Amino acid sequence: MEGSTTFAQEFKAQAKRVAADLRHRGLIRTALTKYETARDLQKSAFQDWQGARQAAAERKWEAINHLDEHLEAFASRLEERGTKVHWASTAAQAREIFLEILKEKGARSIIKSKAMTAEEIHLNEALEKAGYSVVESDLGEYIVQLRQEAPYHIVFPAMHLTRGEISALFTEKLGSKPTDNPEELTMIAREVLRDKYITADVGITGANFAVAETGMISITENEGNARLTGALPRTMITLLGIEKIIPRLSDLALFLPMLATAGAGQALTGYNSMYAGPRQPGESDGPEEYHVVLIDNGRTHLLADAEQRDALHCIRCGACLNVCPIYRNVGGHTYGTTYSGPIGSVITPHLRGLQEWKHLSQASSLCGACTETCPVKIDLHHHLLQNRRNAVAKKPVWWEKQAFRLFGYLATRPGLMKRLLPFAGFAQYWFHGLVKGGPLDPARAWTQTRDLPAMPPLSFTDLWQAKKREARRAAEAAK
Amino acid sequence: MNVEKEKIFQRIREGLAMPSPWPGHHGQEHAHPIASAEAVSHWLPLVGGSFEERVGLFASSSEKLRSAFHLLENEAAARAKLAEVAMAEGWTRVAAHGDGTYCGSTHAMVSALGINTLWTDTGYDVREMEKCDAGISECDALVAQTGSVVVTSRSAGGRALSVLPPHHVVLARREQLLADLPDAFALLQRKYAKGYPSFMSFITGPSRTGDIERILVLGAHGPKKLTILCW
Repeated sequence: MEGSTTFAQEFKAQAKRVAADLRHRGLIRTALTKYETARDLQKSAFQDWQGARQAAAERKWEAINHLDEHLEAFASRLEERGTKVHWASTAAQAREIFLEILKEKGARSIIKSKAMTAEEIHLNEALEKAGYSVVESDLGEYIVQLRQEAPYHIVFPAMHLTRGEISALFTEKLGSKPTDNPEELTMIAREVLRDKYITADVGITGANFAVAETGMISITENEGNARLTGALPRTMITLLGIEKIIPRLSDLALFLPMLATAGAGQALTGYNSMYAGPRQPGESDGPEEYHVVLIDNGRTHLLADAEQRDALHCIRCGACLNVCPIYRNVGGHTYGTTYSGPIGSVITPHLRGLQEWKHLSQASSLCGACTETCPVKIDLHHHLLQNRRNAVAKKPVWWEKQAFRLFGYLATRPGLMKRLLPFAGFAQYWFHGLVKGGPLDPARAWTQTRDLPAMPPLSFTDLWQAKKREARRAAEAAK
Repeated sequence: MNVEKEKIFQRIREGLAMPSPWPGHHGQEHAHPIASAEAVSHWLPLVGGSFEERVGLFASSSEKLRSAFHLLENEAAARAKLAEVAMAEGWTRVAAHGDGTYCGSTHAMVSALGINTLWTDTGYDVREMEKCDAGISECDALVAQTGSVVVTSRSAGGRALSVLPPHHVVLARREQLLADLPDAFALLQRKYAKGYPSFMSFITGPSRTGDIERILVLGAHGPKKLTILCW
């Protein structure tokens, strides 16, 4: 119960602060305007974007609604070719699996490419606590790692920072010369990280898709850091959620361009790589060992909710964040969750507890922009409504319940209602007026910043009858 | 069998006992499936039927991506172009792999450069490759639709050759130019269904990032340059 007030209060306090931060608003506007232009251009290149969305939704539906069969096929194909497949129900189990592998390999330094699942299980903290050095190799992730921050956005982790801030950060942490040139900043990171790839014992990656038919992991990236992570270290570990499954290899022909378009407004992302095991006989490089860690961590809980099961179709493109008026105003860190924006608001209550995270479903204008933009047609804004409904059904708010009972009682008794109505304006003024927006006001979340319209002196029934009387009088006068 | 795996599967099966509505129609049941595998091409961006149209599209995609695409008359012209690039950039050391299935003369073409070459075919020292000015490889296909180069660990000298050196040069034949992504996946399946390489990748332009203020920078971690020689 304590948690419930804390997370919600933190969210509100942060949201209030960030929404009024003009510098932040400017940065987000610049970044997302560029994204929108590119995305619209790419979408219009499709012969039928809506058809593609429906097809993608159906393929994910097929994968998720036969998840057991597909997972079984996926894991056994991988194992046939020498990959070790691990299963974790919880975040703690997943961390334990990592620590065991690292211990067995006698690893010291680890290079990591972007993985939201790793954020989800707080992998870096766990590994660092155990004495391993972990370096994030994606530029944006590297920047937020140096700042000891969580990623701001699931696709653009450092979207909230200016080049000036990044330059100052590099000067402080890496001792580089200050510069306001993004290219020079990128080259500084490139130089530092080059050596890390070569010396790392273990490479850790996430995954965008898991192909059941062929037992392959598909990783999408622009920088080449995931490719280096999967090529140079002697051991490679991929962490992914069990919902990443797609049925067939050929499905990637649809998903890869859609992910690129919805995610970053590209025709295709720079590198789309498929991994089918460790180095095979006759190949010149690649890891000697390949481990795949599949994690549940609340996903089967979401799966059991048939109504919202399609939230597992999510391909983490971030499109719903980019169009969301709430996200654009309160920013990524305000959510306090691994997955932010509309998709985060839908799934976090399933992954971390409905009552503690139900406030995210209230932080929505229900405009439906998320649902409309989602490349796999997740019914996001309806799921937010369902979360609200479920939260109230499980734990009704006592005074709201009493208020509605009272209203129900009066509304079904027109005579009583009529006699009481003349006092409504009086009560509004003298009773609610005294506490309005204050700590004693039960409706303060609303009334703090808004006025209720004043009760009119006459009700609709009064007005209607007066009008009728007047008409009658006019008719009589005309005679 | 793994205990956690059993538990996860148990939860999945219990969860799936209740069917979920057909997707994409906000829970309304009247919808019917539309998807067949062949249809994918009809939704994706349009690609013309003729070779000229495909080359034109590949060339314009390359320009947008800032890849250098050269369509050449014959192998001799490709050889000359390669030497020209090597000269212009002052390469002193390159990495490459020997003859593959497609090109047939990679070894000869690279050797003709007369530059110190790291051959990756039977394993190599990563630090040596890191010092190379360019990586030269074959590919499985070029994709007109997206301007992509398809490589695998078997056809293109391993996983690192096409990503570690600062300049990746691709040697491709005209017949390797495919129309679209579905064609490329069909090719991979035809070719490798009996045993896939451990790594396959669609390379679309040089390495890039937009992580700083969404400003495009090439050569984030992988190659700063991608050159495609096709004849």
